[in-house]
Amino acid sequence: MEFFHKVPHINFLAARKLAMGMSVAVLIIAVVSLAIHGLNFGVDFTGGVTVQVSYPQPADLRQIRETLGTAGYKDAIVQNFGTPEEVLIRLQPKKGVSGKDTGSAVLTALQKASPQVKLEQVNFVGPEVGKDLATKGALAFFLTLTGILLYIWFRFEWRLALGGVAATLHDVVFTVGFFSIFHLEFDLNVLAAVLAVMGYSVNDTVVVFDRIREDFRITRKGTPFEIINLAVNQTLSRTIITSGVTLLVVIALLILGGPVLHGFSVALFVGIIVGTYSSIYIASATALMLGVSKKDLMVRVKEDKKVDDMP
Amino acid sequence: MLNRYPAWKNITVILVTVLGILLALPNLYGDDPAVQISENNATLTATTTTQVEQALNTAKLPYKSAVLNDNRILVRFNDTDTQLRALGAVKKTLGNNYSVALNLAPRTPKWMRAIGLKPMSKGLDLQGGVHFQLLVDLNAAVQTKLQRDATDIRGSLREKLIRYEDVSLSGDAINVTLRTPEDVAKAKKFIGTEYPELTVTPGSQPNTLTARMSPQNIQQLRQLAVEQNITTLRNRVNELGVAEPVVQQQGGNSIVVELPGVQDTARAKEILGATATLEFRLVDYGANAVLAKQTGHIPLDDQLFPDKAGNPVLLKRDVIVSGDQLVDAVSGYDQESGTPDVNVTLNSAGAAKMGEVTRENLDKPMAVLYIETKTEHTTVNGQAVSVHKKVYTVINVATIRGIFSKRFQITGLAQDEAQNLALLLRAGSLAAPMDIVEERTVGPSLGQENIKQGFYAALLGFVLVVAFIALYYKIFGVIADLAVFMNLVLTVALLSLIQATLTLPGIAGIVLTLGMGVDANVLINEHIREEVRSGNSPQASIHAGYRRAFATIVDAHVTTLTAAVMLFLFGAGPVKGFAVTLSLGILTSLFTAIMGTRSLVNWFYGGRNLKKLPV
Repeated sequence: MEFFHKVPHINFLAARKLAMGMSVAVLIIAVVSLAIHGLNFGVDFTGGVTVQVSYPQPADLRQIRETLGTAGYKDAIVQNFGTPEEVLIRLQPKKGVSGKDTGSAVLTALQKASPQVKLEQVNFVGPEVGKDLATKGALAFFLTLTGILLYIWFRFEWRLALGGVAATLHDVVFTVGFFSIFHLEFDLNVLAAVLAVMGYSVNDTVVVFDRIREDFRITRKGTPFEIINLAVNQTLSRTIITSGVTLLVVIALLILGGPVLHGFSVALFVGIIVGTYSSIYIASATALMLGVSKKDLMVRVKEDKKVDDMP
Repeated sequence: MLNRYPAWKNITVILVTVLGILLALPNLYGDDPAVQISENNATLTATTTTQVEQALNTAKLPYKSAVLNDNRILVRFNDTDTQLRALGAVKKTLGNNYSVALNLAPRTPKWMRAIGLKPMSKGLDLQGGVHFQLLVDLNAAVQTKLQRDATDIRGSLREKLIRYEDVSLSGDAINVTLRTPEDVAKAKKFIGTEYPELTVTPGSQPNTLTARMSPQNIQQLRQLAVEQNITTLRNRVNELGVAEPVVQQQGGNSIVVELPGVQDTARAKEILGATATLEFRLVDYGANAVLAKQTGHIPLDDQLFPDKAGNPVLLKRDVIVSGDQLVDAVSGYDQESGTPDVNVTLNSAGAAKMGEVTRENLDKPMAVLYIETKTEHTTVNGQAVSVHKKVYTVINVATIRGIFSKRFQITGLAQDEAQNLALLLRAGSLAAPMDIVEERTVGPSLGQENIKQGFYAALLGFVLVVAFIALYYKIFGVIADLAVFMNLVLTVALLSLIQATLTLPGIAGIVLTLGMGVDANVLINEHIREEVRSGNSPQASIHAGYRRAFATIVDAHVTTLTAAVMLFLFGAGPVKGFAVTLSLGILTSLFTAIMGTRSLVNWFYGGRNLKKLPV
């Protein structure tokens, strides 16, 4: 089975200005949404309490809200979690009751209303911890970006490094923006997924870059535009298969992984799609616009290896 | 010749494969719900095992086995329901002196355990339990120490007949005001030799001295405070009876406590967070406490405290014995009245003082003062602040009926009060107050559900990918599938080897590395196809395909590894778990995709005269 029997000749880069324009537009929407709505942070970041309970029968959310309201938790967010029997409650500790006692207070109130309720999970995160986590997450993000920049610079060339970082940044802003626009909860698992998207995006970009470098070295004629287009076409088959296969796994996680992995899977799903797109239209196109050329990628050190040294 | 592998490479691949399978194998067996019985001070014997078995038989609770090993009895059950009921039954039979805890016992065969093969441990999200993060108030530790020093210095100066006007604490400095310049010189010398951790400098006023701790000493004191708190927490957790607790420092001033299998979080919190100590003092029975409270005129040598009902009690300032002179405390029942009590044993210094005081004060009342540090959360200018408050309660006033020193009882407590008090006294006191800043509780059934969902999702994804790759790349696809499968086995093997804790994000990390492994194989096979298409011979195509894919695969893996290492270094908690599995997965993926598949391909096709490649 083969998708492309011959190397396709699709003029990807012809649409680069249109694609870049669209990307910039979408990114602006994402940034505006982040500025206005911000992110729907989970308790991992904001601090607060989540209580997960289960009932033997489908839960009556309205009654639960009323019960909690009478107990003094008017702002509690009550929603189903996975199944109709499972309920997730998010709230801020009441004045005078410390955060760590709120979980039991909520359970006691619910038990009074319906004794068969079962406690599944309580999370209490103090405000200090949440802040610490957000700082650490941001730090990890920027250091990873710097690490990627330096590695591609070292292994390839600065124009490609900038293209790679632009693509990675694009994917992260897009994914985070997606969570902001659709008001999806941004918790610790989603943060992990966004960081994984960075890794995936870079992986995908590097494969295309590798081919660009190889083609610059072996083709005698052709403009940078033509060579980059050729490289993208040559790696197209691999790009489609790898992204498709990874998406397959992510879709399995999305459907079967349960509510805990839901945010994680959504972030990966979005991230992989934009990551594939950005390798072509952001990473390669940026390098092209910055004027990458044949002489930038010629062999500097002899990379002449003996066959037996190959694994 | 093209595409032949030297023997050492083949042997390496075979060796790693065998070792990997062996290390990963223990994970296939799963766990038994179990109850673990241990005793803190004595060795367990076969008699206890028989006792436990009898208790279970009487309660008609079927168990798989009950084995005494490493001074603990492990009783295995078929399901968690029986396990929970057995916990109650065993606790009731054995009483208070044993610690009985829920546990998950790996079902690995004996020979595996004998050679040290262990499965990965499961994180709390997969197993159920409680996770706490506690923040230690280190400034309070420094303040306490300076306060104590100031009191000591005051006493010592008086003893040494160095005349002083005032010794007081302001901020982080002890200010000493003396009478004459000679006294200043004497005091400076004395404090300098007796308190080497204090730096003594002349104060701003004449005849004054200022003693401060150096930054290094403060740093050391802070670290010691965290360490002592960890030790105390370990003792307390052991008293709680948890099978495999984790108590470790995180960052400069945080402590993480993980209690797998714990259900009763309220009690756990009460015990972990409490800072309690006792003082024994004489009661000033000559003065009227109620009047003193109303008028505010408290006799100079006395202090006013409330008792449990809130009534005022006047106690002497002098402390006879305090909690740190305590050797042991056991809760039990008073022989005569049958009411709950705590049996206290003192060390020799405490016993001597107690003996002296009781001899001189026969038939006079003595009080037990219970001092507890409580944390209150308030908001100041929009910032959440926790304040530590000392709460004093006179829990008991009794007449001294006889002279006692080393051993005595505290009575007048409710049963659970007696138990908690004994536990807290035994487990030692905290060097600095702590506050729970994060708590995560996962019910055991949710843990099961999480692992099931994560597992099935990963399995389905895996099967789909394997089927597609085999269909798409034929024999080379099957080889790629084998490599991806080995990648999974090797990742699990490494995780078991380093005894990593598997969490839900960790499972996600494994799934992601499978994607990376597939990508490496896709790259190789696409390159081979390309070579075949451009008219090269099958052998040359294999050779060139691997050569050209090599650099790309290494680049792609190294960049992703960079990201994973950053995540590990700067991420926290679950992100770290994800980073560990991802990093290990990338390494094993490099090995299986490059060396593993190549050895198979070479062994299959190398050196043969091929017309066509099944790729």
